[in-house]
Amino acid sequence: MKTLALPIGVLALVGTIVPPLLFMLGHIEQPPMKITMLVSCIVWFITAPMWMKSE
Amino acid sequence: MTDAGHDTEDPSVNEYENERVPDKALKGPSSFWGMYAGEHTAGTEFMIGPLFVAYGVGAGDLILGLLLGNLAAVLTWRYLTTPVSMKLRFTLYHKLEKICGRKLVTIYNFANGLLFCFLAGAMVTVSATAVGVPFPEVRMPGFSDMMPTGFAWSAIVVLLGVAMTAVALKGYSVVARVANYAAPWMFLVFAACAIATIPKLSSTELSHIWTGVPQNGNPKIGFWGVFFFAWFCNAAVHMGMSDMTVLRYAKKPSCGWAPAAGMYLGHCVAWIAASLLFAYQVQQFGEKASVAPGPIVDDAVGLTGLICVVIAGWTTANPTIYRAGLAFQGMVPSISRNTATIIAGLVCTIAGLFPAFAMKLLDFVGIYGMVLAPVGAIIVVDVYLADKLGIARDPAERSGSSFNLAALLAWIVPAAIGYWSVGFFKMPLPTYATLPVWLGSGVLYVILSKLIGPKPARA
Repeated sequence: MKTLALPIGVLALVGTIVPPLLFMLGHIEQPPMKITMLVSCIVWFITAPMWMKSE
Repeated sequence: MTDAGHDTEDPSVNEYENERVPDKALKGPSSFWGMYAGEHTAGTEFMIGPLFVAYGVGAGDLILGLLLGNLAAVLTWRYLTTPVSMKLRFTLYHKLEKICGRKLVTIYNFANGLLFCFLAGAMVTVSATAVGVPFPEVRMPGFSDMMPTGFAWSAIVVLLGVAMTAVALKGYSVVARVANYAAPWMFLVFAACAIATIPKLSSTELSHIWTGVPQNGNPKIGFWGVFFFAWFCNAAVHMGMSDMTVLRYAKKPSCGWAPAAGMYLGHCVAWIAASLLFAYQVQQFGEKASVAPGPIVDDAVGLTGLICVVIAGWTTANPTIYRAGLAFQGMVPSISRNTATIIAGLVCTIAGLFPAFAMKLLDFVGIYGMVLAPVGAIIVVDVYLADKLGIARDPAERSGSSFNLAALLAWIVPAAIGYWSVGFFKMPLPTYATLPVWLGSGVLYVILSKLIGPKPARA
């Protein structure tokens, strides 16, 4: 699980920053951008504790 | 901005509070970079960015002022705070006690604790603007709101304040962990807010975003306003030597470069991103633009932004309440840490009710630095100049004095003159006076030490 958590976490970060970029470039609308960011947020906070050092 | 502390509440961990940090406990640069990056991406960044726009900063002044002001801050950490911290390897409090005496440190603790509470209060205010978004009955504070905006607003602030205090009572290890996990994500959300705002701007020309026109009767600041603010918003921490508590663990002088992560990610990128959010509001609504971080972040990126505002506010307010509690406990050692934390939480919650601390954050942060930074000048004189100038090092400890009057006067007289001069000379921000106050404290300490300072007992 720990092995998977890191790449999934990185994908969540990608899902946080890429949708606004696509919105800025006019490729997506604001609602899907917001939903993708929210899902990415949830995924990040589930996966980060699995691999990040707490200190 | 930054929270105030980094230590743990775990009693099993030796914090070396009253002794030099031993070599085995020293840490390399990598231990500091992540910590500084996370700490300076706080809830208050959402407030500071918009305030730059409200103070009429132009685009060129903003970018150049942030680049150079943050560079000056980093250099101060690297070439002033870090060498002193590594030479002494004591906490600020321990060193102050040696110079100023126990009773004077108590006064410092009171000032420190109270200012921590007000700072945490501003963070509660910022978080409350996010929590209040789903409730239409909550009237969000604007620039001119200095008092609570209504019952619904007050209820949210009180609930947040109680929750934060309750967590601080349990210690803040969980919140510290969440802060650690949130740091990279939070930085990306700041960037996302800016990116998602760009296509909505009516004009992307820089002079139409950062127009240089002050809003809501605020004074105008330019390059020097941004430069001094970026340099001195953490004056209490670098010039005031509060970060001795952290950097005393530094293995190498290069650890002192680590604050660059916080300055350029938090105090540069995050402030610019947050100011862009407000610039959009100004383009849309003019003088009626909302400055409350919650609604403007919600407008940009939705619920993710609201979560970010709450986490950024919570993770910085919580350790600040905890540290304020410690400062109060240091003042009155007979009260328990829990009682001290509850007092700190209460003061913080009351401060959070009043949007004045958040809406006047540039002023408050400037005063915060001006009040606490001068003790750093006294420490620098003690460490580097005392022997050369023929004044006693650690005079309180060596003379057995519990109250060094020379140190008290050298601390409060320049700070009081600085505070007065901000109004008298109509300075737009108190940070203009921070450096003269700090230098004045050092000079006055030398003079007063020779005249009335405690004299070491003869062996």
